[in-house]
Amino acid sequence: MSDEVRVMTKRVRLGIFSEKYMLLWVILALSLLSASISPAFLKIQNLLNILWQSSFVGVIAVGLTFVMIAGGIDLSVGSLTAFIGGIIVLTINALNGWSFSIPVAILVGFGVGAVMGYLSGLLVTKGKIAPFIATLGTMSIFRSITLYLANGGEFRCVDWSYTAIGMGEIAHVPIPAFLFVGYGIITWVILHNTRFGRYVYAVGANERSARYAAIDVDRIRIFTYVLSGLSVAISAVIVSSMLNSVSSSTTGLGFELDAIAAAVIGGTSLSGGRGSIWGTILGTIVLSIISNMLVMLNVSVYLQGTVKGLVIIAAVLVQRLR
Amino acid sequence: MNEVVIEGKGICRDFSGVRVLFDVDIAGRRGEIHGIVGENGAGKSTLMNILGGVLPPTEGKIFFQGREVSLNPKVAKELGIALIPQELNLVESLTVYENIFLGRETCKGLFLHRKAMIEHTQEALRLLGLESLDPATLVEHLSTAQKQLVEIARVVLGDIAVLIMDEPTATLTEHEVQTLFGIMRSLKERGVCIFYVSHRLKEVREICDRVTVLRDGRVVASYPTQCVTEEDIARFMVGRSLDTVFPPRDTRKDEVVLEVRHLTVENAVHDVSFTLYRGEVLGFAGLVGSGRSEMAEGIIGLRKKKHGEILLEGKRLDIRSPQDAKYHGIVYLPEERKSSGIIASMPVRENITLMVLERFAHPFLDRKREVDIAAHRVRELHIRCKNLDEPVEFLSGGNQQKVVFARLMEVQPKVYILDEPTRGIDVGTKHYIYHLIRDLARAGLSFIVISSDLPEVIGLCDRIAVMREGRIVAFLDGGSTSEEEVILYITGLRKGAVYA
Repeated sequence: MSDEVRVMTKRVRLGIFSEKYMLLWVILALSLLSASISPAFLKIQNLLNILWQSSFVGVIAVGLTFVMIAGGIDLSVGSLTAFIGGIIVLTINALNGWSFSIPVAILVGFGVGAVMGYLSGLLVTKGKIAPFIATLGTMSIFRSITLYLANGGEFRCVDWSYTAIGMGEIAHVPIPAFLFVGYGIITWVILHNTRFGRYVYAVGANERSARYAAIDVDRIRIFTYVLSGLSVAISAVIVSSMLNSVSSSTTGLGFELDAIAAAVIGGTSLSGGRGSIWGTILGTIVLSIISNMLVMLNVSVYLQGTVKGLVIIAAVLVQRLR
Repeated sequence: MNEVVIEGKGICRDFSGVRVLFDVDIAGRRGEIHGIVGENGAGKSTLMNILGGVLPPTEGKIFFQGREVSLNPKVAKELGIALIPQELNLVESLTVYENIFLGRETCKGLFLHRKAMIEHTQEALRLLGLESLDPATLVEHLSTAQKQLVEIARVVLGDIAVLIMDEPTATLTEHEVQTLFGIMRSLKERGVCIFYVSHRLKEVREICDRVTVLRDGRVVASYPTQCVTEEDIARFMVGRSLDTVFPPRDTRKDEVVLEVRHLTVENAVHDVSFTLYRGEVLGFAGLVGSGRSEMAEGIIGLRKKKHGEILLEGKRLDIRSPQDAKYHGIVYLPEERKSSGIIASMPVRENITLMVLERFAHPFLDRKREVDIAAHRVRELHIRCKNLDEPVEFLSGGNQQKVVFARLMEVQPKVYILDEPTRGIDVGTKHYIYHLIRDLARAGLSFIVISSDLPEVIGLCDRIAVMREGRIVAFLDGGSTSEEEVILYITGLRKGAVYA
C-alpha cells in the first residue's frame, strides 16, 4: 500500500513530465533531432506535410481507440478503407453529372462504414466471437470483395473535382489536416465528456462490474465498432480523394497495424480500460515524424518497418516501467 | 496414543496488518483423522495453508516429527505434506495421467515415458476404487467428484505423511462422500495423518477421531470426537455477545414492498417465494452454493428466470436486465467486490456516479454537478481517499466497499439486495455499514442481506430465510433465533416449517 501511495505522489509531482505530456517531450526531442539532421524539417510546409500524412491513419486510430478502451480490437479497418473507398468512387461514377454526386457518395460511404461496424459489433457481442478473430474474418472478407469488384485493379473516379478534398487547402493548411484535428476534437469530447465515453472506459476496465452497475455492455461495445466504421469512412474519403482512385490491392494495406501502433504508443491498453484521444493523436504524429525523418536520412524504405517496430516496443516498455 | 507427526505452536497470521489467527496450537498424530470446524472466516483455510506450507506464519513455530521446520511448498513436498485446496487445481485440457504427473513427469531419456505414467496412474486409481476410469480421459470430461478423486490420486501416489483436505465434500453426493471416506480410512490404516476441514458436522462426527473448533482465529475447543455431540460443536462454533455490534431492530410489517413468487433459476434456484416489507432487513443464510446469489441475480435480471414473478408495491414487474431493475428501484451489491463491484482503475468520483450519469449529462457531463455528488457521498460515508480523483484500487477494502455502497445509494432505490456486504473489510467499517443499513431501513427502505456470516445475519436482520440446495427451507425470526438453530437448518440437520 505504502509503495503504491509513493508511486502515486511521484506521478503527481512529475507535473509537466507526467504521462500526459510525455509524448509531447518525445515529439519535441524527435523534432530537434530531425532539425539538426536536416534544416528542411522545420519548414512550415514539411510540418503541414507531416500532419497531412498523419491524417488518414490518425482518423482511424482515433476510432480504434474507442474500441480498444472498451477491451476490443478491430483488424478490419485497413481493408474496410479500401472497400468504402471503392464504394464511394463507384457511387460518384454512377451519379456522374448530377451536382450532388460527391456529397451523396460520401454519405453512402458513411452508411456503409456504420453498418459494417455494427455487424462487427454484433459478431463480437451477440455472437460472442473473440474480437481478434471476428475482425480478422471481416478483414479478409472486405479485402476480397474489394478485389472482386475491381477485378484486382483500381477504382478510378471520373470526377476530378473530388480531389478538392484530399488535395485541397484552406489558408495553406491541407483539408485532411483540418479533418484530422476537427475529428480529434469531436471524439475527444465524446470520450471524455459524455455518458457513452464514461461507459466505454467502465466496460473495458471491468466488464463484470459494469454489467452489475446496470450498464448495457453489449450496446456500448457495438457502438464503439460503429464509431470505428465511421472513422474508417472519413479516412476512406481522404485517401480516395487524394489520388482520385482506390487500389483494390494496396489501399489501406497495413492501416490496422499503424493505427494500433499509434494508439498503443499513445498509452491505450490492449486489455482495455486505459487510453485517450490525445495520446492516440500524439502517437500518430510520432510515427509520422519518424517516417519523415527516415526519408530525409535516405534510410531504405525496407528498413523503416524495423524502426517503427522498435518504437512500438520501446513505448510499451516505458509505459510498463512507470 | 500415536506419535505426533506435525505440530504448530503459537501460530499467528496477519493479512495486510489485520490478524486472522491468534496463537493457535494444533497437533496431528499418525493415523489420526483430525476434523477442523468453524464458521466462515474463522481462520480454517488460513491455518491449513500454513500447515501445508503454502503460507508462512507471521509468528509461531511448526514441528515435523519433533524437528522444527520452516515450511514452503517445496519443503512440504519433500516431507510428504500434501494439501488438497478448496478450489480444484487440475488442468482441464490435459488427461488424467498428465495431471497426476504434472511437474514430475517420468522420462525415458529425452522423452516422456507415457506407458509407465499410465500404469502408475491405473494403480493409484485402483487404490481409490476408480479402476473403471481410463487414465487417458480428458479431465474436462470428468464429474466434479471424479476430479476431486483425481486430485487425491495425485497426492496418494507419492509417499505422504500428512494429508490436508479443505472442504472436500462440499460438492459431493452422499455416495461419493462414502467412497471418499473409504479412501480416508485406508490412508489412516497406512499411518497417514489427515486434517479434514468441513462444514458438515454430521460427517465430522462420522469420520474424525478428534475435532478442533476455531472461532475468530482462535482454538476454542479440541476434543476426541466421541466426547462431543453435534450440538456441542455447533455451540462452540458460535457464542459471543452481539448487542454492542448491531444497532437495535425496528421491525414493522405493515406494507409489502417486494414480493417474489415461485422464482426458479435454472440449476440454482427452485420455487423460491418470499415477501419483503417496507423498512425490513431480510437476511438470507445458507452454504456457499445454496443458490442465494443466483436468486439475487434472477431478481435483477442478470440470470434468466425459468418461472416466477416479481411484484414491487403490488405491481408486476418485467425485469430482464439490471437496467430494468435499476429503473424500478432495485439495486444489487455483488458478492465479489474486486471483480464485480469496483472499477479499480477508475477514480473514486467516477465509481460513485457510474449509475446516475444520466442525471447530469445534457448531453455533456456537468463536471461540477458530478464533483458535488461524489464529494457529498464521500463526506457522508466518511470514505477515506486522498482526493476524488484517486483511483479506487488504492483505497482499503472497507473504503472500496463504501464507494460501491455510495454508487447504489445515489440511485435512490426502494430495495437493496446486498450480497456479503461486509466480507473482507475491517471491523470498524463493518459496524458502520450495519448502522447505515438500519438507518436507511428506518427511513423506509428495504434490504435483502445475503451473508454467510451467521452473527451478522442474526444480529442485523429482522427475519432470516435459510436456503439449502436452491430452496428456502425456513424463515426464522432474527430476534429470537440462535446461531445453533440456523446452523441446524443450513446443514440440513433440522427440516423446518416454511411459512412466508
